Amino acid sequence: MNGYNFAYLDEQTKRMIRRALLKAVAIPGYQVPFGGREMPMPYGWGTGGMQLTASILGADDVLKVIDQGADDTTNAVSIRAFFERVAGVETTTVTTAASVIQTRHRIPETPLEPGQILVFQVPIPEPLRFIEPSEQETRLMHALEEYGVMHVKLYEDIARHGHIATTYAYPVKVAGRYVMDPSPIPKFDNPKLDMSPALLLFGAGREKRLYAIPPYTRVESLDFEDHPFEVQRWDERCALCASADSFLDEVITDDAGGRLFVCSDTDYCESRREESA
Amino acid sequence: MYVAVKGGELAIANAHRLLADRRRGDREQAELEVDQIQGQLRLAVDRVMSEASLYDSELAALAIKQASGDMIEAVFLLRAYRTTLPRLAVSEPLDTGTMRIERRISATYKDIPGGQVLGPTYDYTHRLLDFLLLAEGETPAAEPGEQPLAPCPQILELLDAEGLIERERDDGSEPADITRDPPDYPVDRAARLQMLARGDEGYLLALGYSTQRGYGRNHPFAGEIRLGQVEVEIFVEEWGEAVCVGEVALSECQMINQFGGSREAAPQFTRGYGLAFGHNERKTLAMALVDRALRAEELGEEVQGPAQQAEFVLAHADNVEASGFVSHLKLPHYVDFQSELELLRRLRREYENRMHDKEEDAPTEDSL
Repeated sequence: MNGYNFAYLDEQTKRMIRRALLKAVAIPGYQVPFGGREMPMPYGWGTGGMQLTASILGADDVLKVIDQGADDTTNAVSIRAFFERVAGVETTTVTTAASVIQTRHRIPETPLEPGQILVFQVPIPEPLRFIEPSEQETRLMHALEEYGVMHVKLYEDIARHGHIATTYAYPVKVAGRYVMDPSPIPKFDNPKLDMSPALLLFGAGREKRLYAIPPYTRVESLDFEDHPFEVQRWDERCALCASADSFLDEVITDDAGGRLFVCSDTDYCESRREESA
Repeated sequence: MYVAVKGGELAIANAHRLLADRRRGDREQAELEVDQIQGQLRLAVDRVMSEASLYDSELAALAIKQASGDMIEAVFLLRAYRTTLPRLAVSEPLDTGTMRIERRISATYKDIPGGQVLGPTYDYTHRLLDFLLLAEGETPAAEPGEQPLAPCPQILELLDAEGLIERERDDGSEPADITRDPPDYPVDRAARLQMLARGDEGYLLALGYSTQRGYGRNHPFAGEIRLGQVEVEIFVEEWGEAVCVGEVALSECQMINQFGGSREAAPQFTRGYGLAFGHNERKTLAMALVDRALRAEELGEEVQGPAQQAEFVLAHADNVEASGFVSHLKLPHYVDFQSELELLRRLRREYENRMHDKEEDAPTEDSL
């Protein structure tokens, strides 16, 4: 696009972000502060993910953008159109065809492959934030590996509800060291983080933090021996592709309580329907 | 058969067309011109320049027009443009002591060298709607004074000479640059002042006000408020000296606050500082109050009010960040909501089962 550099950000900024990313890859799960820039989209709408995507994108990359698992939700459409405009890269909705996938709140159902990069949009990168609001304090807690409060919080959930009441942004421990917020993905997706063959990058624009999980890194969801981590399950199947093992969105079909369930991952759902057709 | 809704792309394009149409308004009326906004909505332009941290009144006016007068949207537009600009040079520190004064008042002395200069102010206007403006009456031009203003020394320097107020020291260190580096809490005063200078005026106003009502009271006096043009100089290596590259209009507020001191240190007044682009007086007053409140720890005061908590105040002052994150609630959250729904249904089912078991276990009248 005229007047702007390839992928919007200037080369110095992109290099600064890539250097921060290298540090993040070297220290899995550690939040690296970076000089986040304003993007022409609002903070909270994926500016962190967009800065990462802009920094790693090359002219021959194929980009996929999903929001809530879907390629056609308004913000996914908007971000995809942005990169088509400022980088002119090829875009796709097919998970297996993409080299870079920017996502909000989901990990695709189709297993990722070596060489693929998944870029997460992160609103609040600090997993300890809602226990300790001060950044000064939480950085110290990470440095000292002082994560007891996190387990206390999960325990309090069990004492009160009989279950851990965290259903998304469920905290994980990366490579046995840093407790990390996996972004607000449903805990259904947490097992996909573990030993992922793809590189996982996380960008928080407003909070100016980025972090990473390198390929084949151990990622454990926090739990207790007597309350092991478990994921959501549905009694229903996808009304479109009959999948019984994907994350399902509930769709209200009428005003008489009618509802059905469909895959949140639109590409997965479509490819299953094509296969069976 | 259920078919998922598609067509986000077209919906977005149509929404933007409708927005542009609404912004233009009634085609029977002349379109608002950017130079009209620049010249006649001056204070709006100044606020947008300040909170966007870009001194360009034409582009600020364009942003206001494009945002249909939504100030936070306009700040965002200008800020997003600013971030794409190359940094060609860093100016010498501005000297507001050499300001070409348009307005200058002190609330601490009745008469001061250089005098009290009211300048263009809404102070002392009676807030009565002027229906003449509605009837498009012509406003008479202001007559320039016969004599140029006398030089105005900084009031706080007069106190400084007597040792009554703490001295501001330049320790020569390179100040932080909040536009390039992430905040590293606790941040120093230079970074704090930068964050306050681009902070939302309404937010700073409320926080400053809260200190006056007892949440971190610091007994302020408006030592001096000045408004006018200040020269911007850039040091040119080849010439071995600084040259003036232009002027910026600034508002500055120097607040004098209650003294500190101890058995070892002589009591002295303390300072709070506010600075903003253009005519932005309310902002600088509020900023000075909050700056002083944030010095609580440094001055050995008890931290009791929200305005004194640095991370709280600074992390939430930026209206571009705040408005983005609040408005992101409008984005789809189907997945997280579905996760919560699933858990809530499970918890309720378990609750009902428990209640049901209890009823069965409870002794009935027959069994008694």
